Amino acid sequence: MNRDDLDEQAHRYQSDHNAGINQEVRVCMAASCQSSGALPVFDALTHALTAAAAPTCRVKGVGCMGLCSAGPLVAVAAPDAALNTATLYRDVQPDDAPAVVAAALGSDNVTAAAAAELETRRIPADLPFFAYQQRLVLEHAGVIDPDSFSGYVAVGGYAALVQALTEMTPGQVIAAVTASGLRGRGGGGYPTGLKWSTVAKMPPGQKYVICNADEGDPGAFMDRAILESDPHRVLEGMAIAAYAIGANKGFIYVRAEYPLAVERLNTAIRKAKKAGFLGNHLFETQFNFDVELRLGAGAFVCGEETALMASIQGLRGQPRPRPPYPAEAGLWGRPTLINNVETFANIAPIIENGGEWFAAIGTERSKGTKVFALAGAITNTGLIEVPMGTSLRTIIETIGGGIPNGRAFKAVQTGGPSGGCIPADHLDVGVDYDSLKTLGTIMGSGGMIVMDDSASMVDVARYFMEFCMSESCGKCVPCRAGTQQMHGLLDKIARGQASHADLSLLEQLCEVVRATSLCGLGQTAPNPVLSTLRYFRHEYEQQLQLTGV
Amino acid sequence: MPVATSPAVRVVTLNIDGQDLSAREDETIIEVCREHRIPIPSLCHLDGLTLWGGCRLCLVEMAGQERLFAACSTRVAEGMHILTNTERLRRYRRTIVELLFAERNHVCAVCVSNGHCELQALAQTCGVTHVTVPYRHQRYDVDSSHEMFRVDHNRCILCTRCVRVCDQIEGAHTWDVKGRGSDCQVITDLAQPWGESSTCTSCGKCVQVCPTGALVEQGTSVGEMVKDRRFLPILARRRQPR
Ligand SMILES: Cc1cc2nc3c(=O)[nH]c(=O)nc-3n(C[C@H](O)[C@H](O)[C@H](O)COP(=O)(O)O)c2cc1C
Ligand code: SF4
Ligand code: SF4
Ligand code: FES
Repeated sequence: MNRDDLDEQAHRYQSDHNAGINQEVRVCMAASCQSSGALPVFDALTHALTAAAAPTCRVKGVGCMGLCSAGPLVAVAAPDAALNTATLYRDVQPDDAPAVVAAALGSDNVTAAAAAELETRRIPADLPFFAYQQRLVLEHAGVIDPDSFSGYVAVGGYAALVQALTEMTPGQVIAAVTASGLRGRGGGGYPTGLKWSTVAKMPPGQKYVICNADEGDPGAFMDRAILESDPHRVLEGMAIAAYAIGANKGFIYVRAEYPLAVERLNTAIRKAKKAGFLGNHLFETQFNFDVELRLGAGAFVCGEETALMASIQGLRGQPRPRPPYPAEAGLWGRPTLINNVETFANIAPIIENGGEWFAAIGTERSKGTKVFALAGAITNTGLIEVPMGTSLRTIIETIGGGIPNGRAFKAVQTGGPSGGCIPADHLDVGVDYDSLKTLGTIMGSGGMIVMDDSASMVDVARYFMEFCMSESCGKCVPCRAGTQQMHGLLDKIARGQASHADLSLLEQLCEVVRATSLCGLGQTAPNPVLSTLRYFRHEYEQQLQLTGV
Repeated sequence: MPVATSPAVRVVTLNIDGQDLSAREDETIIEVCREHRIPIPSLCHLDGLTLWGGCRLCLVEMAGQERLFAACSTRVAEGMHILTNTERLRRYRRTIVELLFAERNHVCAVCVSNGHCELQALAQTCGVTHVTVPYRHQRYDVDSSHEMFRVDHNRCILCTRCVRVCDQIEGAHTWDVKGRGSDCQVITDLAQPWGESSTCTSCGKCVQVCPTGALVEQGTSVGEMVKDRRFLPILARRRQPR
């Protein structure tokens, strides 16, 4: 098969799928909307559509549209049309189904009251939440049915894989990824092209590709949404990577707490295999690639690459010293490429449009877009995707709709338990890897937890320290015993029982744990303390005053 | 007969604490330091067992690098400039030893290993005269079910020497680690009493390699437990693939 054959197949799928259909009603079936009641809404809509006997319209389950706080979300659009052309309704209930169907069909076969009621929940087309986003990774999220293989192919899916396999050498694939400037989205921001070329340069033989879908940061759900909305996109990225580095086997390490993502990945793998898009001699080439899922039991440290590989091998999920890096000696000692879900989801458009196209998006040293999960004290909690360099103010005030309940913004935590907070003074900074580092925090995987003026920053630091303490694997002394001591001191400060000596001991421990811990968990565990101390030291000192020593 | 068995290993020169030294490029910093009697504190490393990298006491500074390097897990390289005993390292090591003392119960005066304990000795060489971090006073079990040996979790520093020697030298894999963070514990078989273990061969290797009074022989009293691990380098060498 070559590009032309695939295009033909895509057209065939399009006409099969969309024959006679001019409108579709999409229901978000991602985990967040399901938990707010999307399933009964889906059933009610199916029912209402049958009752309306309108063959030109269909109901379709789709992935995340982003505005999770307003779920269940329903969209009315032309078949497979982009999300920004759709009419969206928030908080849709099963009772609304006849009105939604009537709106989709442009009919008046509904009571005026019901139509008016639905109208109050129509999301304005120019809502800033959508207007300022650039959906690249999420381009199919909320548009296609994640369980449909043909649906993915119909919107151009797998074209990049076919192109890479039939028109490009592995070296050309790596060159495109390098030229794109893509950096790893799992937290470290390591240049993806460089990582790929390192693994590719290892002597030929058994090599592996791993997709890190362990996503353990509190408040982060970017990877879950990608997997639930567009699983084939991740498989396609992994297959392209495998071709580039000379691997024939891939693993996706996904948390067992993501049952829906697991189910959709299983479906996607099964269907891709059946269609001959995974397996041996893909598209009549010499390239073989097979993918297996591995479920993680929800230990945060298993997201760390060496611990993750130990876990795949059936060992205790615990980091080991590096070097050797996975690129040299990874799974079962073989050269291994490990990338994050979002990193893989960026690959297909880079191959199709070229590295230079991608490098034109974003900032000098941070290219492309970034998916963020907005959580905490913010009006629009949910999932967004913006070009790198978008200002925090745009993200929080414009897209996020600001702080609810008439309160004021205080700080935003980026990078989860490994990151730090950014106070209001720095809201105008453009978000990229380097600017966040300058501010004493990190991009991390993309969780943003917004805090309003009622938040106590000592409590925030204590919360994250508690997280690190209980997620420490226990292997190295500074992290195992140090996080526990730091948590004890933070607790004492928060309870107003600490002295200045306690605070200075806390600062000393921060330095030691950061400098001496074995893996990233311990090395970054002090960050929330250090950054709250940097911007909100007075809050710590106020707490000390309570004791008067 | 195979020709040319081992791949050529180059010899490199490096500088440790101002001393110019040569080493094989497949040696680690700690091995070279041991050879030249440059003291590096360590608790988890033991010649003959695989790398662990958990105690973090062996960290050294390297010229031109901000981050620290664990001497037990870092290979030497040509032109390396290493400092093993700076003010900063001494301070970090003191803190790590203090963290260990505060984590569980290490009251040396009543311990069978008093005077023969690596943790105690290390505290002395690192200059730990008192502990500044709060003691946690957590109580752990003592398992005396084995007819010859005893494990006192209150004295365990989780260095996993017992786990490794049992697996790699004795080949029994009786020991393992359960739990997370400070709740970690070494266990025998599937966390059964040691005396009921069906894999333990009662060889006592774990007892001999344990750096503290966590693993001891039954019937020893204060200060009597002296450990002998001369067997280890000999057995380890015999197990090396030739
Ligand atoms: C404690 C810890 C947890 C981590 N958790 C994750 C995770 O959940 N997902 C992830 O992609 N990377 C995680 N990482 C980073 C990985 O070790 C690794 O750098 C990443 O998967 C590489 O992919 P990338 O280059 O595409 O970012 C974690 C690192 C540490 C130290
Ligand atoms: S830093 Fe923490 S999580 Fe990482 S190896 Fe050490 S104890 Fe385990
Ligand atoms: S019992 Fe002894 S050898 Fe085993 S982990 Fe504890 S301190 Fe180390
Ligand atoms: S001896 Fe190197 S970390 Fe323990």
